[in-house]
Amino acid sequence: MAISPLIPAALANLFKKPATRLYPHEVREPFARTRGSITMREAECIFCGICQNKCPSKAITVVRAEKTWQVDQLRCLACMRCVEVCPKKCIEARSARPAPYGSDRAGSVEKKTGPAAPPTAPAK
Amino acid sequence: MKTTIVPLGPQHPVLPEPLSFDLVLDNERVIDAVPSIGFIHRGLELLAPKRDFEEYVMIAERVCGICSFMHGMGYSSAVESVLALPVPRRARQLRVILAELSRVHSHLLWLGLAADAFGFENLFMQTWRLREEVLDMFEETTGGRVIFNIVKVGGMRKDIEDATLSRISSRLTAMKPQLKEITDIFLNDYTVKHRLSGLAVLPEAEARELGVVGPMLRASGVVSDQRLGNPMYEGLRWEAAVEKDGDCHARCRVRVKEIFQSIDIIAQAAGAMAADGIAAKIASAPNGEAFYRAEQPRGEAIYYVRGNGTRMLERFRLRTPTFANVPAVVKLLKGTELADVPTIILTIDPCISCMER
Repeated sequence: MAISPLIPAALANLFKKPATRLYPHEVREPFARTRGSITMREAECIFCGICQNKCPSKAITVVRAEKTWQVDQLRCLACMRCVEVCPKKCIEARSARPAPYGSDRAGSVEKKTGPAAPPTAPAK
Repeated sequence: MKTTIVPLGPQHPVLPEPLSFDLVLDNERVIDAVPSIGFIHRGLELLAPKRDFEEYVMIAERVCGICSFMHGMGYSSAVESVLALPVPRRARQLRVILAELSRVHSHLLWLGLAADAFGFENLFMQTWRLREEVLDMFEETTGGRVIFNIVKVGGMRKDIEDATLSRISSRLTAMKPQLKEITDIFLNDYTVKHRLSGLAVLPEAEARELGVVGPMLRASGVVSDQRLGNPMYEGLRWEAAVEKDGDCHARCRVRVKEIFQSIDIIAQAAGAMAADGIAAKIASAPNGEAFYRAEQPRGEAIYYVRGNGTRMLERFRLRTPTFANVPAVVKLLKGTELADVPTIILTIDPCISCMER
């Protein structure tokens, strides 16, 4: 009877590096294209709200009057639709994935506030 | 005659997804099988009239976690044919490459699950080790391992450089000896043959009558592949993988053949990339209806789209290959041993979340 082809493979495996990683100690770097999460450069944002309207999972909330932009990283699908539609190209795709959050979802919301409006000319 | 009814599923160690069979047994022999489905219906088709037709691609991709690219592509192609949109050649070639890469990944997944189902755990792990490399290729080119978000109505959202494509193609070619080492065990090993050969034979006439699709149909000797005659595959040399026996081992052989074939198709497509842009501009909203048939790893899927000239579609319908194959499983289960039931269910490569959407 022929030797099962798995026996040489099993012997060879004894001298090979393992195919898996010890995950929390050894983390693989994400690829440049990996869709991890989004962030925004608040200095350039005009708070137009297009990203809020186009977001398929309604993860982005923009309040124009208060000049705030926030994303719920746990709702975000990382589809990068907002990155495509942003007129000022100020939403950035990061390859790093968001960190895990607790069950209360605290910390999953990333809030950005725009620069304060320039002082208006005093009324005469 | 005294019979026993044994429920198999919806939760069962061998089933990756919830599918339930009530097996009517006479001793160890199955005399009838009553399937029940509908455990993970999510109503994704009903979302189509509520979303913009361009945004719906993202939902169409989420129909299934294994053939997600194919679903996005099938939906986009159906909408494109309503719009009569000419898709650039490069976009079509990129679609072919990613679709074939999906096939490699899906068949490796299936081979692993099959090995696990007949109790060959080492083989399961070795197969999935190779699948991991394919998933890395997906992440490198599209940014995701499961959901790719790279296809859109009119073409592709992102371009993949020629250098990356040829690197992936050469990595796949370099994987061939490792793949051969694994697949030779599926094809020639005594244990595997003993477990699968002659089991649940589906003759050609019955396969046609039951409307079986995909590798299951080709394993029964029918030359049927939706890629044949699809303009996307024009200029590529390949032929449908067909086996005559119609048993579980023949279904395994068809899938093994298709893995190597897909690697060859990727190499051909990556070697002759056009440079005419990746997306056509959409000028109007879909008005009219269209069918599109795609050959998924599991078989033929049908996409039906009807639009009324607004941004929202009126109807989107999807018939998945698993739905077409379930009647055949019910037929095949009759007369088999209880111990063979999980293996037989697995040979149709069931994808239940696809089927129930």
